[in-house]
Amino acid sequence: MENKHTLSVLVENRPGVLTRVAGLFARRGYNIDSLAVGRTENPAVSRMTIVVEGDEYVIEQVTKQLEKLVEVIEVSDITKKEHVERELILIKVKAEPSVRGEIMQIVDIFRARVVDIGKDTLIIEATGDIGKINAIESSMKPFGILEVVRTGKVAMLRGPKYEIE
Amino acid sequence: MSVRSERMSEVMQVGSIKEKAEKSRTVFSGAELVIKTLEDLGVEVIFGFPGGAVLPLYDALYHSKKIRHILTRHEQGAAHAADGYARSSGKVGVCIATSGPGATNLVTGIANAYMDSVPMVAITGQVAVNAIGRDSFQEADITGITMPITKHNFLIKDVKEIVPTLKKAFYIASTGRPGPVLIDLPKDITVKEAEYNPWVDVEIPGYRLPVMSGNGTISSVAEAVMQSEKPVIYAGGGVLKSKAEKELLAFAEKLNIPVTTTLMGKSCFPENHPLSLGMLGMHGTVYANYAVSQCDLLIGIGVRFADRVTGDVSTFAENARIVHIDIDPAEIGKNVAVDFPVIGDAKEVLVRLLELTQEKKNTQWLKTIEEWKKQYPLTYKDNGKLKPQYVIEQISELTGGKAFVATEVGQHQMWAAQLYKTAVPRTFISSGGLGTMGFGLPAAIGVQVANPDAVVFDIAGDGSLQMNIQELATVVQYELPINIALINNRYLGMVRQWQEIFHGGRYSQTDLSCQPDFVKLAEAYGMEALRVEKKEEVRPALKKAIESKKPVLIDFWVEREENVFPMVPPGGSIKKMLRG
Repeated sequence: MENKHTLSVLVENRPGVLTRVAGLFARRGYNIDSLAVGRTENPAVSRMTIVVEGDEYVIEQVTKQLEKLVEVIEVSDITKKEHVERELILIKVKAEPSVRGEIMQIVDIFRARVVDIGKDTLIIEATGDIGKINAIESSMKPFGILEVVRTGKVAMLRGPKYEIE
Repeated sequence: MSVRSERMSEVMQVGSIKEKAEKSRTVFSGAELVIKTLEDLGVEVIFGFPGGAVLPLYDALYHSKKIRHILTRHEQGAAHAADGYARSSGKVGVCIATSGPGATNLVTGIANAYMDSVPMVAITGQVAVNAIGRDSFQEADITGITMPITKHNFLIKDVKEIVPTLKKAFYIASTGRPGPVLIDLPKDITVKEAEYNPWVDVEIPGYRLPVMSGNGTISSVAEAVMQSEKPVIYAGGGVLKSKAEKELLAFAEKLNIPVTTTLMGKSCFPENHPLSLGMLGMHGTVYANYAVSQCDLLIGIGVRFADRVTGDVSTFAENARIVHIDIDPAEIGKNVAVDFPVIGDAKEVLVRLLELTQEKKNTQWLKTIEEWKKQYPLTYKDNGKLKPQYVIEQISELTGGKAFVATEVGQHQMWAAQLYKTAVPRTFISSGGLGTMGFGLPAAIGVQVANPDAVVFDIAGDGSLQMNIQELATVVQYELPINIALINNRYLGMVRQWQEIFHGGRYSQTDLSCQPDFVKLAEAYGMEALRVEKKEEVRPALKKAIESKKPVLIDFWVEREENVFPMVPPGGSIKKMLRG
């Protein structure tokens, strides 16, 4: 997790906002690790959770440049604040009948779920912080991972409602 | 007679009824709403070029009594003219182009305005809403294309959005750090109707003006200024944008701090003033660069520590503590680490600093600088032939530095920056950040339209001038008395200079010996023109041009291989300059 920062960004819920934000990162050479976006309790406002890699200089620049975008309402770096973070992963893993039991045990340990059973495959769904998600992914590797879909991190500050200034 | 007069009164009655109806109309087409709102916002001039998607807009403009439209001959010319208009007047420049190629032709002009923080609103036509995304005739995704080169842009998809969007656009373009805003307007939206409500409330939740740094920060700057024995002010375009030139002069004089300006800041400080160091950076004066290198406090005001100024960042102002005053928080600490970051409008901050400081002499430091000025003056070798620098000097002398000077980009631009001594703020109009060849002539058009009685020069190079030469037609059509001083060396001079110094003298694709006869060309467009090949002809020719109050092109055939010195090689330290 060295050098990774989680930015919580409130934006106007309009067409093109995602392009503006993504374009800014590309144009100025910042690396997005993950980006998740969806509307908030206010349908006119969306929240982006962006995980970005970089030193203090980069994070300061990213924050200032994001704040300059007219449709960005607020940017906060919540990395060091008390927050809950979750990511969801879907893993399609090779699962011939002989190994299914073993896989199911691992799924139980991670409190994950099997959401689809094919002839020789299983789809596993898990949610958790990044560490847990990485762990379940690597524990499935020996069986043969066919496909992985990850949502990217979403995060929320603990405590009372987070008010926009 | 009686029948006729009856008819006349009938006609007049109908006329007045029509007029009344016009006044009491509450519903207007989208195009009419655009023009009405522009009028409400105080727009007096639009630069543009019509086309299919903006036909309704031009129809509405046809009826406007308040807005003058200047027809350029290329959309790029319209954008640069709006830019020159804005820079020289402090107002928002407005340009219009049709969809597709019209819009993409604005792109260079918009990027230019973005790099130099010029308040501009560009309105582009677009194909009808239901045709967007179908690769329709003359369709281009101009909001997508201009996203990285506008402060913000809008695609209007509802006629009710026209009035609030225009208001937002002007507000965004002209406040904080100014910049261009583009509005894309589909054709069908301009013919749909809506009510006109000029009082509509406008809200932009994500747009907040920067809050000025607190008293503590500004006090600590004042303290540092009082402690400093060798301070230098490094002033940029931000000073001109905030109209802080009087405060800057007062501050510099009160504390006896020498002032160097960037290309964008040129004219924010009188260049005949003893505290003026002229321009710094790549083609700056030796004494400005020495002063920055040896100062103990560098006070940057409305600047962005651009690479053309700093050269090698690791040795830039290495002995100094650095103050950076800027309205854009993202500029502070972007290129150079600073000791005193100050967010705020240049004028407001300078007013506070004036309150918090006392008079100071800095005698020893000023003496050192005076010695540098004597030892390393801006100079060139006079061999009796026609030197480009001589032409610029004569323009400077004859106008007393009080004319407006627009430039193209290249050697002539740097000579103008070095040798034209500005005496009045906002009179030096040059493409700094983007370095756009072809900027000067259309920019001069904008300047002259904004300042009809002023003496306006376009100091041009023969390479640059040809990039927007079609605008000579605009100059002639509107009888704009612009003086084009063409520094003609039959080369792409600046590139040739780099080839001479850094590429073994291999003049790859820079020889423009095959060029038109500019005198005949100007005459073909309908303007006066003359050629000057001798030194002694320069002054009379310039005098004649200025006094004629007509558009004139003077084709100065200068020494071909003259170089711009001093020069800091790219990426080098500004302590080490080539002096020719």
